[in-house]
Amino acid sequence: MSAEGRASEGRGAERLVQMANDISHFFAAEPQRADAIAGIASHIQRYWDPRMRRQILAHLEAGGEGLDELARAAVGGLPKPAARP
Amino acid sequence: MQSIAENDLGTPARTSVTQVTLQIDGCDISVPAGTSVMRAAALADLKIPKLCATDQLEAFGSCRLCLVQIEGVKGFPASCTTPVAQGMKVTTQNDALAKLRRGVMELYISDHPLDCLTCPANGHCELQDMAGAVGLREVRYGYEGANHLDAPKDESNPYFTFDASKCIVCSRCVRACDEQQGTLALTIAGRGFDSVVAASQGESFMDSECVSCGACVQACPTATLSEKSLIDQGQAEHSVVTTCAYCGVGCSFRAEMRGEQLIRMVPNKDGHANHGHSCVKGRFAIGYATHPDRITKPMIRATIAEPWREVSWEEAIAYAASQLRRIQAKYGRDSIGGITSSRCSNEETYLVQKLVRAGFGNNNVDTCARVCHSPTGYGLKQTLGESAGTQTFDSVMAADVIMVIGANPTDAHPVFASQMKRRLREGAQLIVADPRRIDLVRTPHIEAAHHLQLRPGTNVALINSLAHVVVSEELVKQDYVRERCDLESFEKWRRFVALEGNSPEAMESVTGVPAATVRSAARLYATAGNGAIYYGLGVTEHSQGSTMVMGIANLAMATGNVGRVGVGVNPLRGQNNVQGSCDMGSFPHEFPGYRHVSDDATRARFEEQWQVKLLAEPGLRIPNMFEAALDGEFKGLYIQGEDIAQSDPNTQHVTAALTAMECIIVQDLFLNESAKFAHVFLPGSSFLEKDGTFTNAERRISPVRKVMRSKSGYADWEITQLLANALGLKMNYSHPREIMDEIAALTPTFQGVSYEKLDQLGSIQWPCNEQNPDGTPTMHVDTFVRGKGKFLVTEYVPTSEKVNTRYPLILTTGRILSQYNVGAQTRRTENVMWHDEDQLEIHPHDAEERGVKEGDWVGVQSRAGETVLRAQVTARVQPGVVYTTFHFPESGANVITTENSDWATNCPEYKVTAVQVTRVTQPSAWQQRYQEFDKKQQSLVPTG
Repeated sequence: MSAEGRASEGRGAERLVQMANDISHFFAAEPQRADAIAGIASHIQRYWDPRMRRQILAHLEAGGEGLDELARAAVGGLPKPAARP
Repeated sequence: MQSIAENDLGTPARTSVTQVTLQIDGCDISVPAGTSVMRAAALADLKIPKLCATDQLEAFGSCRLCLVQIEGVKGFPASCTTPVAQGMKVTTQNDALAKLRRGVMELYISDHPLDCLTCPANGHCELQDMAGAVGLREVRYGYEGANHLDAPKDESNPYFTFDASKCIVCSRCVRACDEQQGTLALTIAGRGFDSVVAASQGESFMDSECVSCGACVQACPTATLSEKSLIDQGQAEHSVVTTCAYCGVGCSFRAEMRGEQLIRMVPNKDGHANHGHSCVKGRFAIGYATHPDRITKPMIRATIAEPWREVSWEEAIAYAASQLRRIQAKYGRDSIGGITSSRCSNEETYLVQKLVRAGFGNNNVDTCARVCHSPTGYGLKQTLGESAGTQTFDSVMAADVIMVIGANPTDAHPVFASQMKRRLREGAQLIVADPRRIDLVRTPHIEAAHHLQLRPGTNVALINSLAHVVVSEELVKQDYVRERCDLESFEKWRRFVALEGNSPEAMESVTGVPAATVRSAARLYATAGNGAIYYGLGVTEHSQGSTMVMGIANLAMATGNVGRVGVGVNPLRGQNNVQGSCDMGSFPHEFPGYRHVSDDATRARFEEQWQVKLLAEPGLRIPNMFEAALDGEFKGLYIQGEDIAQSDPNTQHVTAALTAMECIIVQDLFLNESAKFAHVFLPGSSFLEKDGTFTNAERRISPVRKVMRSKSGYADWEITQLLANALGLKMNYSHPREIMDEIAALTPTFQGVSYEKLDQLGSIQWPCNEQNPDGTPTMHVDTFVRGKGKFLVTEYVPTSEKVNTRYPLILTTGRILSQYNVGAQTRRTENVMWHDEDQLEIHPHDAEERGVKEGDWVGVQSRAGETVLRAQVTARVQPGVVYTTFHFPESGANVITTENSDWATNCPEYKVTAVQVTRVTQPSAWQQRYQEFDKKQQSLVPTG
């Protein structure tokens, strides 16, 4: 896709996958895998708005393409945000 | 000319704890040891005539007017250069002294124009004052002999003139340039009667190395160096202390006024951040505030294709409120948000976030710190426990080694840079880590011990290799770490940085910095005594921005360099109130005082105060707002004093998102780039038109004071209040002091802050509370805010923005002294005489390979877009790296930057964009479209 084409529409989960993977790259340095997963999940829970969390959860449910292993595990443990009016 | 409101004590204060008592004209006086006789006398209100002396500069002893007699001392010593001594007996006035002084004044006046009545300094000329003080009644030498009365006037500088005919060669200007500014652009050329002040090698001021800080103008005792505004408009009749609205140094100024007319800005000697110094922007670049481009009437339109319609405030506010409510009714409560401004006051940003949280009913509020220092907030909170720098600016005067990482203080924080340079001239050592050879690397009387010229994007690799040396060579301050830090985290970090993969040798191929240089720099930082780190956007604006901030904090803690004067971790904040806007809860996940929205106790406190239920979930960040807009779920945005269309990365993505929204409300001084996509324009007020506070990079809260009425009728906080009330959120503040009182009531770190205390103390560094009622100059003194300092493992993860054969160069961006941020203010001043377009710096090798010569137009293509800039061929950048500024919208610097961002905060990776550069002959397609769009939008604004 051209840059201009890419600029003119939302990229839904694509961008969120990249963000989740970026977060997982930081926490991957944790010696304990469980700590890394908890760190990623906590970061997403604390800093992503519910809409984004719903999107990444939906993406995971649809197969989670592009999510790396740690990010996938962390997203899988996220609680589903409540719907808003 | 000095400020009309300040008293000059002749020589600088001394801080010795030893008091010396002497007698001057029969009065017993006690002063700190080292104080001059002149200052001691002035402190006792005994005035000794002087011309070459001023308390802003070290004594010089050249004018011979301040002579005194001292019992037991031969002759007539100069009181400015004579330090006090215990039991000294000084006489400042007698016949012999009067005769000597009159003789000196006769010589001065014999070669000085006698045009006092039409002179711009009339009434505030120190030469004139001294003639009166010594009782000069005649000049025996006449005026017909050789003189300088026809000396040419240099009017090249847009802000001040140099009239050599009025110069008394007192060297105050030269010394101000040396001591205060540290540029050393001025000198006295010639000898004896031929002595003249010269800029650089006898060039005009404009062509010289002069950086137009104005220190010389303020130091001049006559009208030789005078502001053009003073010459054109006459002298001020009152002054008001306020705070500069440019960079994060937050200089205190006296706005010298005649009625509501601003005559000039004079840096305040009592200013705690600047001590009477300033830069070209703060002192001179004020014309934007009264520029004809200012929009002063509210405007609305249904679509951006329609002309703007000027309406009453009532109609504009009602329309804005109805649109926001319509959008929420149609698309949901979360479909709108707001952006606070780092240029507006604390009180104003506080109100915007309150409006969003309590009025919009969501947490979709963010601020321009998102794109600059959000990683600082995150990284320092995680490691040290507080989202702010640790020191005062003055702390640098106790540093033994200064490490500047990814910052260009002489351009972006010039007044602090001058202070830093003073310390470096005193002997502190300097390490610069920057891909570019910034001025600080080698400047008069200063040379960095090490310039770590790393490749853009490899900061974390560098900080890890510095840490590796500290750990592997046993330079860790073990006692400090053991006592003050979390040992489990330290041990995890120690094991990580000790890995061979983090050694300077292993990282050399990544960073491009020779391993031996890294080792030397690490040893110097760890062992030289007080090590202070100063950093800027070259640290934060990376995909690993937050990691790097944590890496810096790790290094500082490991070497024991946090918690006392002279050390610390010091983010140099970009805009005047970046720190304040963050403090005030502008981020979507936290309330004022950096408390997460999910914290029940904090939220309950705000709910009680605001009488509304608040959300416990974070809202959207700015880039998330864009994504949501493009997904059709985010439709309304209230932007106060921020220009996301110019400042945010991947311009085409941003403008597509703005175009997708149904109601954009822009509150600003000018029709900025974002306003061209807006539906409601609410005209804001300049910092001269309102009361409030700014918080600078050292956590210093300083007062901003109204010196003229708002040109639009309302201060920005009043406009937010109008909008809130129209939306049903009742606000009834009658003055910003009431907003500050609310902030203090809700925010522990601001608990003791009030306008009364600010009036009393001048400024306050937060935390200000019961434990620290006058504020906190140095943080983490006995313990870290979070308790034990926490080390975090900072693995280097290369950016995904890679160079390849198609995009073989790395573009990095930065700032220049004369322009500020998106240029909305400085582009509307005479500062364009120094910088009227953004250029692309390219190394001679890269230029030669591409057949590019100095001044050629070059296309800069990235994965995001293309723009065209003029080439500047320079070895300041390393091969493989190109650099530009982003001060002009037509440059399209952000058309080429990508949306890569910091993993923790989404701060954009402005500093690393893979590009290709080619010679071209015409603007890029984007620039051509921009020109058309800009022309169209300008035509839609009502004229007259």
